[in-house]
Amino acid sequence: MSEKNQLQDIIISSHGDGGLLTHRLLQEIFYPSFNNKWLQQEGDAAVLNLNGLRLAMTTDSFVISPLFFKGGDIGKLAVCGTVNDLVVSGAKPLWLSAAFILPTGMEQIDLKKIVKSMEETANGLKVPIVTGDTKVVDSGDRDNLFINTTGIGLVQPGICFHPRNIEPNDVVIVSGSVGDHGAAILAQRLQFDGNSSPASDCAPLVELSEKMKPFYDDIKVMRDPTRGGLATTLIELAVAGRIDLVLEEEAIPVKTEVSAVADILGVDPYYLASEGRAVLIARAAAGNRILKTLRSVAGAESSSIIGVVGEGEGAVYLRTRLGGTRRLKMLSGTPLPRIC
Amino acid sequence: MTEDYNFPPERFDSIAQPLLDKIHKLGMHLFEKKGRKLKVMEVCGTHTVAYARSGITELVSEYFDLRSGPGCPICVTHQADIDRIISLARKEDSLIVTFGDMLRVPGSNSTLEKELARGRRIEICYSPLDAVDVAARNPSAKVILIGIGFETTAPAIAAAIESAESAQLTNFWVYPVLKLVPPALRALLDLDKNLSMDGFLLPGHVATILGSKAFEFIPGYGLPAVVTGFEHLDLLTGLHDLMLLIAENKAAVGNAYSHVAKPEGNITAQRLMEHCYTVEATTLWRGLGEISASGYSLQSRYDSFNARLNFKTEAHDGTINPLCICGKVITGRATPRQCQLFGRDCTPSTPVGPCMVSPEGACGAHYHYM
Repeated sequence: MSEKNQLQDIIISSHGDGGLLTHRLLQEIFYPSFNNKWLQQEGDAAVLNLNGLRLAMTTDSFVISPLFFKGGDIGKLAVCGTVNDLVVSGAKPLWLSAAFILPTGMEQIDLKKIVKSMEETANGLKVPIVTGDTKVVDSGDRDNLFINTTGIGLVQPGICFHPRNIEPNDVVIVSGSVGDHGAAILAQRLQFDGNSSPASDCAPLVELSEKMKPFYDDIKVMRDPTRGGLATTLIELAVAGRIDLVLEEEAIPVKTEVSAVADILGVDPYYLASEGRAVLIARAAAGNRILKTLRSVAGAESSSIIGVVGEGEGAVYLRTRLGGTRRLKMLSGTPLPRIC
Repeated sequence: MTEDYNFPPERFDSIAQPLLDKIHKLGMHLFEKKGRKLKVMEVCGTHTVAYARSGITELVSEYFDLRSGPGCPICVTHQADIDRIISLARKEDSLIVTFGDMLRVPGSNSTLEKELARGRRIEICYSPLDAVDVAARNPSAKVILIGIGFETTAPAIAAAIESAESAQLTNFWVYPVLKLVPPALRALLDLDKNLSMDGFLLPGHVATILGSKAFEFIPGYGLPAVVTGFEHLDLLTGLHDLMLLIAENKAAVGNAYSHVAKPEGNITAQRLMEHCYTVEATTLWRGLGEISASGYSLQSRYDSFNARLNFKTEAHDGTINPLCICGKVITGRATPRQCQLFGRDCTPSTPVGPCMVSPEGACGAHYHYM
């Protein structure tokens, strides 16, 4: 049997990186069995029509090492991640569920802290956790905690966010620096824990989305660039919208400490996850007004227009500081720290 | 793609831009004079990525044909060594500590990533010294650090061995697959007299350790070379200085990274390496074959830390996919895109050859950045 076929036999960590192998799992195993019109929307949340109401439903599982990191913890992440998937689908989050798979050996005090953090985040947003489940598994690793959250929200009237709405000359806006969360996790694993180490941007996007209400007609699509980072999110939008995107490196906010961690490890910050940022594609005429409003939102002060939409077939190009152009490619393989 | 921008033109750096203009002028001049592009080898994978990511590769593509060299440790590690490392991972009680980019390198019939999925103990480290901590924390495990890399990594691995020795650890070993850059370059030049390179961009970090003097043999082959750093201005200065040497027909080693890389190098690191390592008579390189005096093994005083001596390993007679041209790619005789497997059968998630595995491997860099 060839190497390639053997690789497909078992699940390896690259199947979970949001890249090529994840895509193959979806196409070859999940979509053929679960195929339906809601799943085919392929959005961050499914939009379900019910007696004239449009409900949004999304689910996400969280597993992260370390459980506590600078700027957050797995509990806050589990609430924000699901809430943000609803928000970028144009929905007001209403209810959450939370299911825990606990590893034997885990300290109860850690679990308490995590649950407390979920409570505070959810209460702050007035989104109650209305149902849940607990299971325990024998695990060699007491950090091996899994949290699944499901969220239901109500899509705001008049909203129709979809990549097919994207047109040439639209602008691409990001609500702050990119890659903070991914860099914070890598830095913590590296044990860079000084004041200058990056902090996760993990935060809910509810307020930001509220402030965007006056611009719902101008916004074509909104996403949160989590797994795979800014680059992967924009490539997915470009492919789904059948347009090209041209980004300006100079305009993309990347914090110095994030670049530093990325440089040391040889990874590209555009592929590192953000957990509290939104990417918007909007009508150019409204670009500057949207930008001004975004910058008035706490945490989104460094929002920036980072690129424009052109005609095309799904490519994302980056104009570098030196004036060169390179194409951003779909992430293939988890970014692994390099040798030299 | 659109050419319609509303962005201000200030993206051009005020220092970089005049340098770029000079490079462009000189490049066009040399292109017309020679009637072809200048063929230059970036010896090091970090350079391949840095030139591509900064956009310079594209900016100079009219008159420069930049080729990746043998300077990615993964790319030049022989499949037999990968097999032996995988067989170490399969041993009872073993715990492999390795840099992340080793995980997906295909051996004859497995990868470390697959061994991990099957429950073998493999930990990713960011610094070789982490492996010493792993050994201290896991006294019942046999902790084996995969000692892979060039002169840039060798001092840190030496430091890990010394640290394990002073901590009197008896469950720590290093599997040495360390290679040396200058002998490989020499072999490359000997191997193919018709390499038809116009010059070399030399790795600044290797020169920082060994000194620029370690590359003084290159002019003996009638070719110029320039020690180059990794920031935007370093990259441009290296290219510019190399073009000047080419224009003057001058076979010499320039140093565009002299603020960091000194002629004599880092003496402390060199002493540490001499203390820990001995140069092997011959070392097997993927793509280049056997090269004399091109790899490090451990000094005999460190025999008890040498995994090669203390564990039985096996290499399979695995056939390398005959369509894979990694060997040609890292010797500058082919570009990654000339490989039939590139981007279809061979991607970073499903690599056939080692050059596709690391983002700094020749093929990986082309896949991600070009």
